[in-house]
Amino acid sequence: MTRKRISLRQELPLLVWLVIVWGALWQDFSAGNLLFGALIAVAVARLFYLPPVELGGRFNVLRAVRFAAVFLAKVVAASFQVLYLAVVRGPRVISAVVAVPLRSHSDLLVTATGHVISLIPGSLVVEVDRSTSTLYIHGINVRDAEDAAKLRKEVRDTEAGLIRIMGTKAELSALEQEVGA
Amino acid sequence: MSPETISADAVIDAVSAVFMVVGALMSLGAAIGLLRFPDLMTRMHAATKPQVLGLFLLLCAVGLQMRTWWVWPVLVVAWIFQLLTVPVSAHMVGRAGYRTKHLHPELLSADELEAVVQQAAGERGFTDE
Amino acid sequence: MMQLVLTVTAVVLTLAAAGAIIRIARGPSLLDRVLAADVLLAILGAALCIDMAVNRHLNNLMLLVAISLIGFVGSVTVARFVADRRRQPNES
Repeated sequence: MTRKRISLRQELPLLVWLVIVWGALWQDFSAGNLLFGALIAVAVARLFYLPPVELGGRFNVLRAVRFAAVFLAKVVAASFQVLYLAVVRGPRVISAVVAVPLRSHSDLLVTATGHVISLIPGSLVVEVDRSTSTLYIHGINVRDAEDAAKLRKEVRDTEAGLIRIMGTKAELSALEQEVGA
Repeated sequence: MSPETISADAVIDAVSAVFMVVGALMSLGAAIGLLRFPDLMTRMHAATKPQVLGLFLLLCAVGLQMRTWWVWPVLVVAWIFQLLTVPVSAHMVGRAGYRTKHLHPELLSADELEAVVQQAAGERGFTDE
Repeated sequence: MMQLVLTVTAVVLTLAAAGAIIRIARGPSLLDRVLAADVLLAILGAALCIDMAVNRHLNNLMLLVAISLIGFVGSVTVARFVADRRRQPNES
């Protein structure tokens, strides 16, 4: 066994998530069912080993709720925008592939940013460069450099929001410095 | 049955009816996008993303209609599965589409990936055909 | 009112499914067809949801999750092994 031992604390979010899924699937949140779910979660996490997700060690719930609300609003607005583009602009829509360098180099944050950006209609991650943590994003209705700058700013803002939620302390202070400067 | 509960029922019914119609319209929007957009990448925007909102609205409608609290966790889990899988499949299809050149270069105002891909292809001695 | 909603959504979803099927039939490349098939699955999921909401049951919920997972696995697998088979590069 060469694998690194992962601590229970690092594994805890995964286990909690698995137990919640178990309870939700059975639609039964009684103590016995949850206990059995926890046993299965531990067994699954031990048997089907995955590389541990390196969490930043902090999680700001208040900001997460606010971020989720903003995210939902953006999804609604952008869905209707794509609908409008599909009906009105149709075949003449202009788009662009934009490179956006991210601040963070942690896999978790790059993945989360990519997910959020992909879920907002109108932008789509085409390619990821992990070594420089650069996202290549295909944006719809990006007609000129100004629109591209807007898209880039939106991606960077999304990443800033995610860093404020669950980035490491170092990333957070770097972000504060950048905003302050 | 007091009048208040009836009106509350009616409001919930109305809200879920609106949710259902808008959610169905999102599917129609996806289909319109599929038919009208010029290339694979733009079609992908229309095809995969409005479904996220559509499914959200429809699951909300289901939750409102059931009127019990214990269905909400299942619905949330179903939606989160959708949130986790949609970007991944969209990214995979998009990446494959870019690599196999399903693009109209004249419809792109900028392509900052192309130079990088060309360079990487040159380093590996890899050509298209 | 539910009857009206059911009718409206049935018409809308039928039109959407017809659009997706046209794209599957016409779609110039394999990826277009995969994408359209994905949309068709999503429309099926929407129909299942509306059935649950109107008739107030939850029998389709696991079917819904299974459908979205199958759609995910399907499109990822196809995207992984797709190759460029067109003669001219910008046919689509």
